[in-house]
Amino acid sequence: MSIIYVLITVSVIVAIIFFIAFIYSVKKGQYDDTYTPSVRMLFEDELVHPKNNKKETNNKDLIKTSNQ
Amino acid sequence: MENCYHCGDACADKTIEHQNKFFCCNGCKTVFEILHENDLTYYYDLQANPGKTPLEIEGRFDFLDNQNILDQLLEFNEQDTQIVSFVVPHIHCSSCIWVLENLNKIHPAIKNAQVNFPQKSVRITYNNSEITLKELVLLLCKIGYEPSISLEDFNKKEKKIDRSLIYKLGVAGFAFGNIMFLSFPEYFEVSEFWLDQFKILFRWLMFAFSVPVVFYSGRDYFISAYKGLRSKILNIDVPIAIGISVLFLRSTLEIVMDWGTGFFDSLAGLVFFLLLGKFFQQKTYAFLSFERDYKSYFPIAVTQLVENYQHDQKKSDKTNFSKTEIQTPVYELEPGNRILIRNNELIPTDGILIKGAALIDYSFVTGEAAPVVKHSGDKIYAGGKQQAGIIEIEVTKKVEQSYLTQLWNNEVFSKNKALTFENITDQISRRFTLVILSIAVLSTIFWLFKDLSIAFNVFTAVLIVACPCAIALAAPFTLGNMLRIFGKHNLYLKESLVIEQMAKVDTVVFDKTGTLTTHSKNLISYQGISLTEIEQKVLTSTLRASNHPLSRALYEFLQGNEIYTLDDFEEKTGKGISGLYGNTSVKVGSYTFVGNKNLISETETTQVHISINEDYKGCYILHNNYREGMKKLFAKLSETANLVVLSGDNDGEREFLKSQLPPFSQLKFNQKPDDKLRYIKKLQEQGKKVMMVGDGLNDAGALAQSDVGIAVSEDINVFSPACDGIIDAKKLQGLAQFMSLSRKSIRIIKYAFVFSLFYNLIGLGFAITGNLAPVVAAILMPLSSISIVVFTTISTYLLERKTTFKNS
Repeated sequence: MSIIYVLITVSVIVAIIFFIAFIYSVKKGQYDDTYTPSVRMLFEDELVHPKNNKKETNNKDLIKTSNQ
Repeated sequence: MENCYHCGDACADKTIEHQNKFFCCNGCKTVFEILHENDLTYYYDLQANPGKTPLEIEGRFDFLDNQNILDQLLEFNEQDTQIVSFVVPHIHCSSCIWVLENLNKIHPAIKNAQVNFPQKSVRITYNNSEITLKELVLLLCKIGYEPSISLEDFNKKEKKIDRSLIYKLGVAGFAFGNIMFLSFPEYFEVSEFWLDQFKILFRWLMFAFSVPVVFYSGRDYFISAYKGLRSKILNIDVPIAIGISVLFLRSTLEIVMDWGTGFFDSLAGLVFFLLLGKFFQQKTYAFLSFERDYKSYFPIAVTQLVENYQHDQKKSDKTNFSKTEIQTPVYELEPGNRILIRNNELIPTDGILIKGAALIDYSFVTGEAAPVVKHSGDKIYAGGKQQAGIIEIEVTKKVEQSYLTQLWNNEVFSKNKALTFENITDQISRRFTLVILSIAVLSTIFWLFKDLSIAFNVFTAVLIVACPCAIALAAPFTLGNMLRIFGKHNLYLKESLVIEQMAKVDTVVFDKTGTLTTHSKNLISYQGISLTEIEQKVLTSTLRASNHPLSRALYEFLQGNEIYTLDDFEEKTGKGISGLYGNTSVKVGSYTFVGNKNLISETETTQVHISINEDYKGCYILHNNYREGMKKLFAKLSETANLVVLSGDNDGEREFLKSQLPPFSQLKFNQKPDDKLRYIKKLQEQGKKVMMVGDGLNDAGALAQSDVGIAVSEDINVFSPACDGIIDAKKLQGLAQFMSLSRKSIRIIKYAFVFSLFYNLIGLGFAITGNLAPVVAAILMPLSSISIVVFTTISTYLLERKTTFKNS
């Protein structure tokens, strides 16, 4: 029956690992914004076509001209 | 009529068709084109008409060229990686999140953008060598997401988010769960062989788990109880702290002496539930700020004129100087500096007008609606907004010493209201604690004579079951729920304590301008001989040429008339304007200016007089536009409170206001910010509980002084002075409903108190008789807490269902 010592040790260690994971995630700011990620995950990336390089240069011009 | 594809506004004057889509203006069309060109039209699929018309930005972000300011704004600045965070008030839907997070598709130098929706902010990582911060801001402006950068962002320190409550809650929850599992076996299988073998291990494990609960999670209760006792207040944390320490000590003693299992599970559960209540109450509106001062409105930098004197040798009497415009952070302004204020810019400090026609709108500071004309040499105070053209000002005081900023040095702004207020829970706990302590002592004395062995047991048991967990939960959950309900109906309160204060209010003080009236269009009526069509057209054309706010208001009112090119136009500052077309001459302006000799009775309303061909015709009267439903609101509020109107304006509308207000209401006009503050102080000295409803900086002192300061805001994202709550202007009519709801929630709390006392009595029954087994405490404690939570949640929900919130 002394196996119970091992079992309890293991289970407490597992619990503590999860607890540390929780504290770590809070500290990293994962719970600071609980709304935006829920919206973000629903965006469909496929709808955006890969852009070509020509447009990029256009945009640079566009921003530069806006600046004057 | 078509609605704009981009912003959703009705296309009023003109409709631009582009790619089978309709736009209300070129600005909206341009945004569409930018997004379309970059394959970002998904923006419009996510949400219909999500956009905002980009505003004119000429020169407004020039200060971003200043390296000093850049350093203050950037969160991170290393070689090719810069990180900056902006608050973008327009963020309001999923489209906004999507388009801002895809900024890198518009410009490759933007590496990453992340939106925090509740805070309405976006954090952008970009490469400084390819796009400057100014270009980045201009890009955001171009797609209609203008960031708001104010003096507040200057000197921005690393934001420290206090997460300690979550940690404490986590520790308590973790320990609670584990202790429960460990305590279960002994509850059900007493003196079983294997259990007897391992119970020592189980008990010491429970002890180990409960140590952080007491010394870390429950720490605040000990500190608060100690503070309360030192200032001779028996707050609710005193019995809680006693309960926690007794639970811990007795349980430890029990396992050391091998008397029993102890109450570790009850202990952890108690702390967990208490912290849960605290957490629940802590609802904050991340996108609102209740602690604003002048810094949130002031620009971060102004255009400073630097004169480079170049003495010319040849013409010694003449000095050639050129002026260069540089962007200077407002904190660096020194007396003697010259600054340039453009149209619609805020004047950041006191100064003397040097050049230009100043028409300054002080409504921000004084509440007075009409702008003031200033001539060169006049003193100009900080906080005014220039309304016409460019002016030059010589600074006379540093920003920190200006009249406006001095206002913030008043002690009311540093006072913490929460400390001077005894909340409902503490009121109860004062009596409760004394009663419990006397019961504990009396029953112990009784058992001392009867049976010495269990006297100690009874004493500790009474203190354990009497721990007012359920009482301490009643207020947080009721008020926390109410806070959310209020927020759903657009009254955003700073903290739940405000609801308790609201329930006690017996005097409501209103500001007039901006609170009872709207900032938007004035109501205009005409009095006199009616004008012919030609005359109206000439009048409209004349008004069009003038920049005076009254002319502009009137022009907007008359718009729709054909416009002539005038043969002659003249504007006499402070008097009026005159125009000539063909053989029709028009004079518009003050009574004497239009050339009427007959005196009519002097009135206090804002009037614009008209004469055609030197012949007096009549006048336009500009009424302040009162919000709808104010009379009803006054009537409803007067059932429970006295009403006062304090106005910074003249008393032109005294009669009108009197007709709106119930009898015995007070009316005060020409009140300066200080007067308002003093008036409220006087009311409070008479023992009144005052709610102040105001809008501008001119009310800031009064809002801070009052017991409940509510700021009315047309757009909750943009403007509100320091206050206890912000109400959407459209919901102002519903103020009476909010007040009655807050009174009802206090009643709910009182019912919940009775309810939880009932549990305490049951527990006391066990305790006094010396029968409090750990399992009883372990059942009773969570049961009482959970039933209180359920009771308060259901009753607040029913209250919300029953109340109809008025909208305008």
